Formats: sequence, structure tokens, C-alpha cells
Amino acid sequence: MTNSQELKETLARISGVDVRKCMRCGKCSGTCPAYDEMEYHPHEFVYMVEKGEIEKLMASPSLYKCLSCFACVERCPRGVEPAKVVEAVRLLVIRQQGCNHMTPDQIPALLDEDLPQQAIVSAMRKYSK
Amino acid sequence: MIFSYYPGCTLKNKAAELDRTARLAAERLGFTLEELPEWQCCGGVFSSARDEIASKLAAVRALAAARDAGHDLVTLCSACHNVLKQANDAMAHDADFAMKANNYMQLETPYHGETRVLHYLEVLRDVVGWDRVAAAVTHPLAGQKVAAYYGCLLLRPGAVMAMDNPENPVIMEDFLRALGADPVIYPYRNECCGGYITLEDPDLAAKKSRQVADSAAGFGAQQMVTACPLCLYNIHKNAADGPEICYFTELLAQALGVGGKGARDDQ
Repeated sequence: MTNSQELKETLARISGVDVRKCMRCGKCSGTCPAYDEMEYHPHEFVYMVEKGEIEKLMASPSLYKCLSCFACVERCPRGVEPAKVVEAVRLLVIRQQGCNHMTPDQIPALLDEDLPQQAIVSAMRKYSK
Repeated sequence: MIFSYYPGCTLKNKAAELDRTARLAAERLGFTLEELPEWQCCGGVFSSARDEIASKLAAVRALAAARDAGHDLVTLCSACHNVLKQANDAMAHDADFAMKANNYMQLETPYHGETRVLHYLEVLRDVVGWDRVAAAVTHPLAGQKVAAYYGCLLLRPGAVMAMDNPENPVIMEDFLRALGADPVIYPYRNECCGGYITLEDPDLAAKKSRQVADSAAGFGAQQMVTACPLCLYNIHKNAADGPEICYFTELLAQALGVGGKGARDDQ
């Protein structure tokens, strides 16, 4: 396992985000539609990445609650783009072998008659490698 | 006027009505959607990871094919529109990504974001014009209170989608006015329906969809319209007692008298 400084650098490279731009206004979490479901909220992702507490985030189910709706990205007054941080932490996890969050064999049980193909391909892109 | 057309996977399947009514309306309004040969699924979401290359190539391939055909590229599904515009922006402005993508693709002419990507609504606004849409209406939706549901993918990120003000959009309301309807403005019109979480956490999707539908109903909407198959699914599934939701093209085809909303039930 890499140490926290290496993780931080990898994360910055994947996300392209400079977490130090954050001024802690909390608007990202205030506007997040998945806020109630999260252990760590968007502003905490940004703050904890800055502090190097990335492994805690990697172990959190919050990674899979982000809806990628980009509300936090659009509404951040400092252009921090928190959703890109969440996505990058999720990739740190699912890019490891055997760490996919969803696999194709789970899909048939989740289908119903009206479910659009778009939902399946999007979920697979978000949850597995 | 001819456009290259990228339907995407869902329009060939669960969202066939979005495709069918859009084509009928286009012919009536005097433009042609020429489907790209051998297009591939866009993937539904654009990875914000800068080092992610392979998952973005299907979109780049479609963009390059439209460039080679010499046409602007039109899409209907909010997700395809989002992915194509983001991939195009990355090819134009992220030199490292563009180099790697082009190395993979081995195109005859490398691609650097030359294609103009338009959502169907942008074609109506910027090419046809609302006046001409209104003039072509034979069955106006007079007196109908309709709520436009933008969701997230159509507008955000605003700097890249560049189609409307992402926080106070007007394009769908202008569209509804052109059809003679009475647009309903409500607070949740650009909030998320829950999206793909509907697979893994249907309760969360239900909560989010309900909020949107209740918000629209609270402001007097009798009908909602969307461009996104997943928004339609989530709202329809979770708020069936609220305003009915359909694709914006169904209302368009109906207003133009070319077989719109309701045709599904007649089949």
C-alpha cells in the first residue's frame, strides 16, 4: 500500500483538482442531493484529501452515493470541483483488482421492464473497472 | 439542412419514442437527422478522471465521424449530449488527452474537437428558431401547464455544455411557449432525479424523484417534459401519481400534428 503522500499525489493527478483552493464555505454539501445518505460529505472529501486522510475516504460507502450530478461543481464559488475528488477517490478503490463495486452478474436481478439502458451503462462506468 | 445524428443506446430501445418523435418533427421543420453509421454507446457518463482514456474513445469516434461527414452532430439524450460535449471539449483543450486518444484511434486525420455538438433543443432555438417552430404548430398546447425538467446532464458543467444558463435556464420554457403551452417555473427543475443510483439504492432515487415531481406539481404543473430517459424512468416510477412525464419531442410532434404523445398507447 502506498503512503498517504503518494495517494495524495495520485489523486491530484487523476482529478486535476487543487483542494487548497477551498475556502470552506460548505456550499457543495449544502447543495448535494445525496447529503443525507453520506458518512463523509462533499466538503469533507475536499478537506480530508487536503489533510491526507484519503484511506478513510476509500473505506467509506459515501463513495457510491455521489450521483455525479455536478451541482457541487457548478455552484462552488472557488471552482474546486468536489465531484471530481469523489470520483478520483472511487477510482483509487475500484482500479484495484477485485474491488469493483458492481459486477455484470448482479445486473439481471436489478432490471425491470422499463429500466433504460443508460442506467446500466452509467452504473457500470461508475462502479466497476 | 442535414445534421449527423447520434441516437445512443437507449433511443434504440427503451426511449424509442424520443427517437421516433424527434425524427418526425425534424422532417416537418425542414431538417434531416442522418444517423452516424456504426456508432457505439457513449458510456452514459463522462469520467472526470483526466487519466481515463479508453472509456472516452467511443465518443471521440462519433465526433470524428461527424467531422468527416462535414456536419454538426446532433443528440437528444441528455447523457449522450453531456458525454459528447465533454469529450469534444477534452479533445480541443486537453493536449495530453487528445494526443493519447489520437494515438489509440489512428485516424487518417487526427481529431482535435472540430465538430460542433448540438442538442436537438439547440437546433430548434439556433437553427430553426422559435418563431418558425411556433409558425409550424398546427395543434397548439394552449392552456396546458407544462413543467420543463432539465435535470443535471443537460446543463452541467455549464462552461462545457454552453447551451443555457445552468442555474436559470430558459431554453425548454421558450420551447414550450413556442408550442403554445404555459411553462411552469419551479425550484427543482435543474436538480437531480437520482440518476443511476436507482439500480443500487432505489430508495434514494425515489426520494430525489419525488422532490422534483412534488415541486413541479406544487407550482401547478399538469405535465412534465424531459430530454433524459433516466429522468423519465425515475420520475415515472417514483411519482406516478404526480404530473405525467414525457419526452419534449412527444409534445413537439403532437403540436406539429405528426403523431406525438399518446401514440405509444395506440400501438
